Amino acid sequence: MLSLREVTVAYDGIPAVVDVSLDLPDGEVLAVLGPSGCGKSTLLRAVAGLGPNASGRICWDGQDLAGVPTHKRGFALMFQDGQLFAHLTVARNVGYALRLRRAPRVAQRVDELLELVGLAGYGDRLPGTLSGGERQRVALARSLAVEPRLLLLDEPLSALDAGLRERLAGELREILRAAGTTALMVTHDHEEAFTVADRLAVMRAGRVVQEGVIAEVWRGPADPETALFLGYARVLRGEAARTVLAAAGLPAAPAVAVRRSALEVAPDGPLAGLVVSSRATPDLVRLVVDVPELGEIDAVAPLDVHPGAGAPIRLVVNATRLAVLPEP
Amino acid sequence: MPVLVLGVFFVLPVSGMLARGLWPEGRFDPVGVLEVLTRPRVGRVVWFTLWSAAAGTALSVLLGLPAAYALHRLRFPGRRLLRSALLVPFVLPTVVVGVAFRRLLGDSGPLGFLGLDGSPIAIVLGLAFFNVAVVIRSVGAAWEALDPRPGEAAAALGASPVQVLRTVTLPALRPAIVSAASVVFLFCATAFGIVLVLGGLRYSSVETEIYLLTTNLLDLRAAAALSLLQLTTVVGLLIVSGRLRAVPDPTRAVVVATPRRPSRGDWPVLVSTALLLVLVATPIASLVAGSFRVGGDWGLGNYRALTTTGEQALLVPVTEALATSLRTAVDATWMALSMGLLVAVIVTRSSRTRAERRVRSLLDGFFMLPLGVSAVTLGFGFLITLNQPPLSMRDSPLLVPIAQALVALPLVVRTIVPVLAGIDDRQRQAAASLGAGPLRTLLVVDLPIVWRPLLAASGFAFAVSLGEFGATSFLARDEHPTVPVVIFRLIGHPGELNYGMALAASVVLAASTALVMLAVERLRVPSVGAF
Repeated sequence: MLSLREVTVAYDGIPAVVDVSLDLPDGEVLAVLGPSGCGKSTLLRAVAGLGPNASGRICWDGQDLAGVPTHKRGFALMFQDGQLFAHLTVARNVGYALRLRRAPRVAQRVDELLELVGLAGYGDRLPGTLSGGERQRVALARSLAVEPRLLLLDEPLSALDAGLRERLAGELREILRAAGTTALMVTHDHEEAFTVADRLAVMRAGRVVQEGVIAEVWRGPADPETALFLGYARVLRGEAARTVLAAAGLPAAPAVAVRRSALEVAPDGPLAGLVVSSRATPDLVRLVVDVPELGEIDAVAPLDVHPGAGAPIRLVVNATRLAVLPEP
Repeated sequence: MPVLVLGVFFVLPVSGMLARGLWPEGRFDPVGVLEVLTRPRVGRVVWFTLWSAAAGTALSVLLGLPAAYALHRLRFPGRRLLRSALLVPFVLPTVVVGVAFRRLLGDSGPLGFLGLDGSPIAIVLGLAFFNVAVVIRSVGAAWEALDPRPGEAAAALGASPVQVLRTVTLPALRPAIVSAASVVFLFCATAFGIVLVLGGLRYSSVETEIYLLTTNLLDLRAAAALSLLQLTTVVGLLIVSGRLRAVPDPTRAVVVATPRRPSRGDWPVLVSTALLLVLVATPIASLVAGSFRVGGDWGLGNYRALTTTGEQALLVPVTEALATSLRTAVDATWMALSMGLLVAVIVTRSSRTRAERRVRSLLDGFFMLPLGVSAVTLGFGFLITLNQPPLSMRDSPLLVPIAQALVALPLVVRTIVPVLAGIDDRQRQAAASLGAGPLRTLLVVDLPIVWRPLLAASGFAFAVSLGEFGATSFLARDEHPTVPVVIFRLIGHPGELNYGMALAASVVLAASTALVMLAVERLRVPSVGAF
């Protein structure tokens, strides 16, 4: 079990990570989510034992890791762009750590790992001949080779294009589950975090602002900024919040975050407004509607309803796509 | 244009020199060449050249690698100064280094008890003294630009620092190391002044043998045969080093590590660097100390004597030679710079077809040729081909600068090419698509990046020209000698004052080149001195 207590990391006196305390039980995957520059990669490097010294305590199973060099921590680190060794073949990359440890049956284990990541038969290729997705898979296999106590993933899928990212995120989750790996992943992409992780820690300006089981964080963002970062489209306050909550049949609250799909077109909905603009997407029609009590707000309609600009419509509120925010 | 210039002033003299040897009395005589190459003395000379160059290269690499790491990956006070200090030996005039080593290791010198004077060990040390800077520069630049993340990935996979070095860092640096080593080998194998001064008649390399054969024995055929041998070897080595020269891919994102403070594990590296510094500083210190000794006392007598012509040694005072040197260096600099810039621009333009790319890389190699061709061959070739119409330039004051510019040209090209090649061509395309004409593109995209390397290259060329000895020794007229020629003449003449003046002149010359190099280093151009 990894535990961080009041970890602070500074670069030349400028703090990048401030007072971070986190726990990661064995076998779970924790995603640290935050915008770029929030200090999440620095935190990951501190756990790996790279970069400037951290104050506070980084412990594994109760043992403080201060002074333990990277190569003795038993944590594997996987970089955003894989960082495969360009002069070694895929098989030698994957077997690198095994060879360092003079493990027996290296070739067989390498084959198993390549099988696991869906690259059986790629052993003799050089990294330069692989696509981005293939390279990340090789990097994953290499990291898993020695069954690390903890797998550190630094934006593992960010360098890939959208479709591939979605598919690989699912595969990554299955591979980590199958191997029973404890993993700490940092990412700026909330969908990636939701697909891969069990727990989520949201980081902003060097601090962890919220931490918990992923579904709970998702449903109850701690503050407006977190809500917006988690993919909520707008945060409504005061009168507007009350109106939306009432329409959803929920008790009143000072602020509520709404997703873009929280308001749906329905002939007998409680809210009325005028369409400002509409745009069809493959799944549904996205509208911007002017609702007198709310101002301009996003809404969706099924593909067979496509109201033009200026058309009057009625809207219902989907309560599962709202998040009530606590008092500031 | 540059091809024409190189053709007239390089290919013509060199081939003229070769023709003299291969076509004696107007008849092609390849058997004569073979006859020369099977002489026992030639065998000894070739063997000495090979092993001394190999030993010099090995020593340079061995000493250079730790220093490259310390000076390019670690951060400590005085790092910049140390870097430029260790680059100085490379541009020190060979004659000066020879004099400094003689002074240090000679019978009366501080290290005379080692009995190294005139031994091959002294020559190997001298070669390493010169070329360690090349290793530090080339490998250091590569090391500095090395992405630290693969090493971190290896460490996270359980590799200890030594294992990271062996399995990740060294393989990544291998092209830079091999390319630096091949260039150093080239320099060692064609070293002239240092072998001539330290080896005397006992130890002769191919280069000094060519000199002796042409000037003392007038055996042009043998000299040409040796030149030919040297030329083929050099071309081979240039091809190897050109192949290995890593071309940075401007589109690949690389994280560059900021240098870090030395930690406990770095002490072997720091000790080795300090040792290197001592090795480099000792000959120079002994040279400087010697220049202030006048007949057992300390004094400025040797420096005052620089305004005289010594004891029947010279035709003009040393101060006048210094003025000639500076004038010549200025001329050589603008020539080398304008030609080098043209070459660099031509070589780095992106090619559209495969054939075009081949031509460009061929050109690139072609302009590296003066790097390895014996300066002696070049100088002597000048003498015999540019002496008769239509190119009667024997008395032209530009002859010496042209020869020096040719020697400096490869260094200029190698400084500018990586910088130009490192500019992402899409920047130019972006400028063009925003409506900038070719001239404006040059002004907006290329110039802001290139002006520093240009300035650095000109300083480099200036320093090289100041110290050039091989070709100049043939071409400089007796009444207009340059300082290295004067120094060589002074140590060749008996007399304590002559020797003292040689030391003083060496210090002046070394100080001027060192000053120029310090200024160059302030420009912070990583490709200076890197190959």
